[in-house]
Amino acid sequence: MSRQASRLDAKKVNSEFLTLTYGALVTQMLRDFENVEDVNKQLERIGYNMGMRLIEDFLARTSAPRCLELRETADRVQQAFRIYLNIQPTISNWSPSSDEFSLLFDSNPLTEFVELPPDLTNLRYSAILSGCIRGALEMVQLEVQCWFVQDQLKGDNVTELRVKFVRRLEEVIPAGED
Amino acid sequence: MIIYGVYIVSKSGGLIFNLDNNVPRIEHEKTFTYPLDLVLDYDSKKVSVAFNRKDGINVGHVLVAVNGIAVNGVTIDDGRDVKATLESAENYPINLKFSRPKMTTNEKIFLASMFYPLFAIASQLSPEPRSSGIELLEADTFTLHCFQTLTGIKFIVISETGLNGIDLLLRKVYELYSDYVLKNPFYSLEMPIRCELFDNKLQELLAQVEKTGISNIDK
Repeated sequence: MSRQASRLDAKKVNSEFLTLTYGALVTQMLRDFENVEDVNKQLERIGYNMGMRLIEDFLARTSAPRCLELRETADRVQQAFRIYLNIQPTISNWSPSSDEFSLLFDSNPLTEFVELPPDLTNLRYSAILSGCIRGALEMVQLEVQCWFVQDQLKGDNVTELRVKFVRRLEEVIPAGED
Repeated sequence: MIIYGVYIVSKSGGLIFNLDNNVPRIEHEKTFTYPLDLVLDYDSKKVSVAFNRKDGINVGHVLVAVNGIAVNGVTIDDGRDVKATLESAENYPINLKFSRPKMTTNEKIFLASMFYPLFAIASQLSPEPRSSGIELLEADTFTLHCFQTLTGIKFIVISETGLNGIDLLLRKVYELYSDYVLKNPFYSLEMPIRCELFDNKLQELLAQVEKTGISNIDK
């Protein structure tokens, strides 16, 4: 996904390529671990490590300033999905205290050709996404929880990813930024 | 348009990357007769000029060679002591080579970790709350530009004074960092950057900036 010509260029990889590669990763992990819960955990962990690196790319591309409220953060996350996956999730279901929101996906490129076999109903196939959000936000000193509430793979109408703000990591805010 | 160096300081204040660029290395060689008319300062690590500059050999320059044999600290490479050699008249006439002192990697690491608290202090000294740290530090021979990302990494460029648009260059270095360092699966975060691709791209960028100016950086 590196840039060559223009600054905010369209992605250059066919999304099917991503779908297939990710599918291969998940299948391999199912073979390696056997236990579905372990796979969920590993996917989430991979996503977390990706997020920690991806955030720099996002910041370098967009020159986004620091978020001072969760609504801004939600917009940025939405923008990131547009940049990296070319999908625009809908932001909704704000909690009354504005510390929780949902991202609704009509389509998810990761699951495009996927059907879950009946014995894998516990698998959180796209767990990499929640890990990614958590890792990325942690690098900008926001601790969040992130989990799937609904999943199209499990027969729901939409895929819903819930994000809950836990706290600001005050101790690691860089000097001159706090 | 001269860029002297690029430094990257990690979130925790360690120097993870440095690149010296285009610093003219000034060396002066001269044959001296007895007695030596330079006042030399012999400290434990190096021999430097303390007084009486002449012929481009300036106060602060360090001795690098005696009669063409390199000097290592306070001893000549053939084993003789510099001070003893220079003080005995039978060694004259003698050819001495002086150069501007060069920073060692350790000194660079030390200076980078000094900049870290300075940056923090600057933001606390501010009369206004929520000030940034040092973004620009000017001296008569160079300017230091610093850009801190939201994640706390500092990108520092040392350049000649009076240049505009260095912040654009810093952003571009950030982009290169996010592309060629963070997308390298063998790079672990917070560790010194040893990525050849990044080195090359950065050098290309600096060469381009020096040739055609910052406004022509292709994005």
